[in-house]
Amino acid sequence: MPRLSAAERHTVRFTLNGRAVEAQAEPRMLLTDFLRHELGATGTHVGCEHGVCGACTVEIDGVPARSCLTLAVQADGATIRTVEGLAPEPGRLSVLQEAFRRHHALQCGFCTAGILMSLDSYLRSQPDPSEQDLREFLGGHICRCTGYVPIMAAAMDAAKRLRESPSDV
Amino acid sequence: MSSVANSTQWCGQSVERVEDAALLTGRGRFIDDLGVKPGTLHAAILRSPHAHARLAAIRTDAARALPGVAAVLTGADIRTLSSSLVVGVKAPVECWPIATDRVRYVGEPVAVVVAASRYVAEDALDLIDIDYEPLPAIVDPVAALDPAAPVLHDGLGANLASERAFRYGDPEQAFAAAAHRIAVTIRYPRNSCTPMETYGLVAEYDAAEDAYDVLANFMGPFSLHAVMARALKVPGNRFRLRTPPDSGGSFGVKQGVFPYIVLIGVAARVTGRPVKWIEDRLEHLAASVSATNRVTTLEAAVDADGRVRALAWDQLEDVGAHIRAPEPATLYRMHGNLTGAYDIHHVSVRNRVVLTNKMPTGLNRGFGGPQVYYALERLMQRIAVELELDPVDVIRRNLIPSGRFPYRTATGALLDSGDYVKAFDIALKDGAFASLRERQAKARAEGRLYGIGLTAAVEPSVSNMGYITTALTPQERRKAGPKNGAQATATVSLDPLGGVTVNVASVPQGQGHRTVLAQIVADDLGLMPADIRVVTDFDSGRDAWSIASGNYSSRFAAAVGGAAKLASGRIKARLARMAAAQLNVGVDEIEFAAGKVRARGNPDNALPFTRLAATSHWSPGLVPVENQALRETAFWSPPELTAPTEGDEINSSLCHGFIFDFCGVEIDRVTGAARIDTYVTMHDCGTILHPGMVAGQVTGGFAHAVGAALYEEFAYGDDGSFLTGTFADYLVPTAMEIPAPLILHLETPSPFTPLGAKGVGEGNCMSTPVCLANAVADALDLDAIDLPLTPAKLAGHIHGAERAPPQRPAAARTGKGRALHGVGEARVDAPPETVWRMLLDPGTLAAIIPGAHGVAKVSDTHFRADVTLGVGPVTGRYKADIRLSDLDAPRAVTLIGVVTGALGDARGAGRITLTADAGGTRVTYDYDAEIGGKVASIGGRLLDGAAKVVIRQFFAALVRHTGGAKPGFLARLFGRGA
Repeated sequence: MPRLSAAERHTVRFTLNGRAVEAQAEPRMLLTDFLRHELGATGTHVGCEHGVCGACTVEIDGVPARSCLTLAVQADGATIRTVEGLAPEPGRLSVLQEAFRRHHALQCGFCTAGILMSLDSYLRSQPDPSEQDLREFLGGHICRCTGYVPIMAAAMDAAKRLRESPSDV
Repeated sequence: MSSVANSTQWCGQSVERVEDAALLTGRGRFIDDLGVKPGTLHAAILRSPHAHARLAAIRTDAARALPGVAAVLTGADIRTLSSSLVVGVKAPVECWPIATDRVRYVGEPVAVVVAASRYVAEDALDLIDIDYEPLPAIVDPVAALDPAAPVLHDGLGANLASERAFRYGDPEQAFAAAAHRIAVTIRYPRNSCTPMETYGLVAEYDAAEDAYDVLANFMGPFSLHAVMARALKVPGNRFRLRTPPDSGGSFGVKQGVFPYIVLIGVAARVTGRPVKWIEDRLEHLAASVSATNRVTTLEAAVDADGRVRALAWDQLEDVGAHIRAPEPATLYRMHGNLTGAYDIHHVSVRNRVVLTNKMPTGLNRGFGGPQVYYALERLMQRIAVELELDPVDVIRRNLIPSGRFPYRTATGALLDSGDYVKAFDIALKDGAFASLRERQAKARAEGRLYGIGLTAAVEPSVSNMGYITTALTPQERRKAGPKNGAQATATVSLDPLGGVTVNVASVPQGQGHRTVLAQIVADDLGLMPADIRVVTDFDSGRDAWSIASGNYSSRFAAAVGGAAKLASGRIKARLARMAAAQLNVGVDEIEFAAGKVRARGNPDNALPFTRLAATSHWSPGLVPVENQALRETAFWSPPELTAPTEGDEINSSLCHGFIFDFCGVEIDRVTGAARIDTYVTMHDCGTILHPGMVAGQVTGGFAHAVGAALYEEFAYGDDGSFLTGTFADYLVPTAMEIPAPLILHLETPSPFTPLGAKGVGEGNCMSTPVCLANAVADALDLDAIDLPLTPAKLAGHIHGAERAPPQRPAAARTGKGRALHGVGEARVDAPPETVWRMLLDPGTLAAIIPGAHGVAKVSDTHFRADVTLGVGPVTGRYKADIRLSDLDAPRAVTLIGVVTGALGDARGAGRITLTADAGGTRVTYDYDAEIGGKVASIGGRLLDGAAKVVIRQFFAALVRHTGGAKPGFLARLFGRGA
């Protein structure tokens, strides 16, 4: 682990949605601020900055993580996926994103990025979750608009479709 | 353009939302996602840790000197450059967006730092040095009325800000003649719908034109535009207010960004640069807006069969530390609906508004409804219980009978449409109420705690902008001029390629307005929704708007949707006349369908819509002026929304949906946790425009209501300290806690709205909390129960009060804070004269006070210190102010200290005595202290332990400083501290 000076800005490099990126950050800069304001990846949102709401969830080296509790410098060298990297190609939505749209599983869309990141990761490791398991997993996120009912429906539907055609994303 | 529509009716279908593709791919445009101009500065706000304190001094020099800081503003600066926000009651009281002479709630802004980055701005906050002189705080609304209570606003002379009494029908006679008088008293708690996106804004000031331009995620009502412009001391046309395309939820709460628009607007003026401010979650929870808490006594005059003849309301509304606009609107929004869904002719009302040392209140989903229905529907259950009637019969017997609509309520509302009895009966049948009763009987037979709750409610929507004036007397209203109506606006434009654009001032925060407006206009013009482009980001400098604009009181579907239909209809009429001339048929034979404008009955005699729509741009000379179609703006204010009458009757809202809910709740006998087993909610919200979005509004409102009923409360200590400042303390429900309700519908279109639609977004916030409470009261056989229905509270009802822990005298609460007392002694290996000098020397004190960052000597007997202290898991930075008195050199001194920090405060006094002892000094001390604020909620033993540790460290350092102690000293260091 390199020693960093609090008074200086350091170059942070990582892979973001398949592309190499770099920018400068003070050691205290949060990964959320770095993604949003240094790299312009504003799809990841900040809901509480104390790790409860889940809006800022991104995937770091294959694992969902709260980017508001992560320093930018900790992500140096990592592989990061954010909501901007979920769609298989421009103009097409992923199976999960499609399911969210079909089931009206979002209203304001502010918490949605984090929920999508968590579910995307979860459904890859648990392709056939029970409703209760899925519910517990979703318990790490706060949504204030939907009442969760359509999110559960969308997630179950996406899981089913992904099981039926595993080659889809 | 893909104008290949058939005759499909788009309204009524759950089409996919046009908003979603961007939001799902991270391409939303929320306020903090938008770039800012080069050179934009960033603001951070210093907030009061005290509920009530005088601002004796604010020192900002060190903060100003920090590199990157452009300005530090305090109340004095804001007073110079702006005016007080207008207050909604006639009272000599001001309301500033920042504390000026004193702070009145925890979280109130005290200073604003504007700097090159948010990080630097927050650094500078730490360098601001404030002397607070704490004042006694008042938290409880009833106690606030006590003549001896501390007064928040001297101009008022008391904490009562408004009082009005109302009388409708002949309530005295009805009560005198009643077979029974049945009453409830409820204390509705504070909570908030806490949108996931916090407040944010970018403010700019143009000195050349003396004009402000602000981009903010404000939601309306735009009556507040006038309040902000006046506060900024500019005419309305020099205060341009814009909103970003996306806003991350609001539920009323984003109305409360408006004081910050004034505050940061002034900061932009002072610095001459754009200033951006994004609220953080801790700020939001402590100091955005809360719903009001309310103490209500409601009494009914009741016949033997449960028929209610009269109601007597006594409402004590707690708006917190300021009467901030539009308060006391929460209290009056429901004024026309105080008889709920029932046919009750006689009503008396006493309304009082009181100020306390808590966050100011404002709009919050349900807005006044939860408070009213909690009292009314608890009362209906009590009537059933006390008269030994079936609650189903009591509700049904009192419902407004079928066929009586439009129905004028006793207090003035005109209930537009409905068939309450029919909806009620359908809900019982389709919701399988009979089997719920069986389920309950089975559970009870097994010894389980299972209750059933019922609630009927009228959900008002499209507020009358005049209802708030019911808070004024008829005489005051005559003087001020009548206020009424609710202007909705929409503009439909045709572009040179024949495309259709709709602009509205509805300011959505996720409600899918763009999708629904596209459906409405597509239906009208025979197009596909995708052909219609809808713009909802708002600009007061360009859009058609009025004071009622914005997204509140569930007004979109009924009012804004209706205005879009009217504007579209005007364009359509012009296009139809133009087409009639070109197709050689009568205007009444023209139809719009499948992307064509054609002769009915002869579809081949047709023009493409786009060609006709472009005509007035390219060939105006060919079209008579009255037929030219370019842009139409409709303003629509329903005539039913009249001003309050001389008798104080007020039609507070245009539309009135009906809700009937019932539920089954089981309570864990051991933990007290309530589990919602079944929930059925019947809605009549008039014509449904988009079933998927209506379902979303119902489930979303239901989730907010479950949170308010079971988990959420903005809790304050008796000293006004704020105890729920994070999402780990303020418990918002997750997917784990929210079951799926069964949603039923009956559609009786509103005759007063262009589309027949009514609001639907707030109903469950009104009906569900009390429905769950009724079920819990039924399960536990309780006469009275207040929210939130936490496991601890319910376990208390099941098991009785928890036994007091044995022997914890130090943790006993005396007065408002947590009292600590201790005595002890230490021996120091230096003569009393030396110890005395050290105790009075700032340099030595800085070295020996645990966690001290520096000690400043104000005078020989007055010191200030910054210290970092840890209590249990909570470490914070505190400011200590210590005065010495009763000096008896070198033998004794009394220290009186006040310690303040973001996590809490302590004040206390201690007497230190020095006695010569075999060449050294025996130091004895005796202290009394009281701890307040968040830290006081930490267990007493932790606090005692922390105090002992700090004192021990202090004397250990003193000993070290004098050159060490004798063997065995440490064992004697801390004697009899209790």
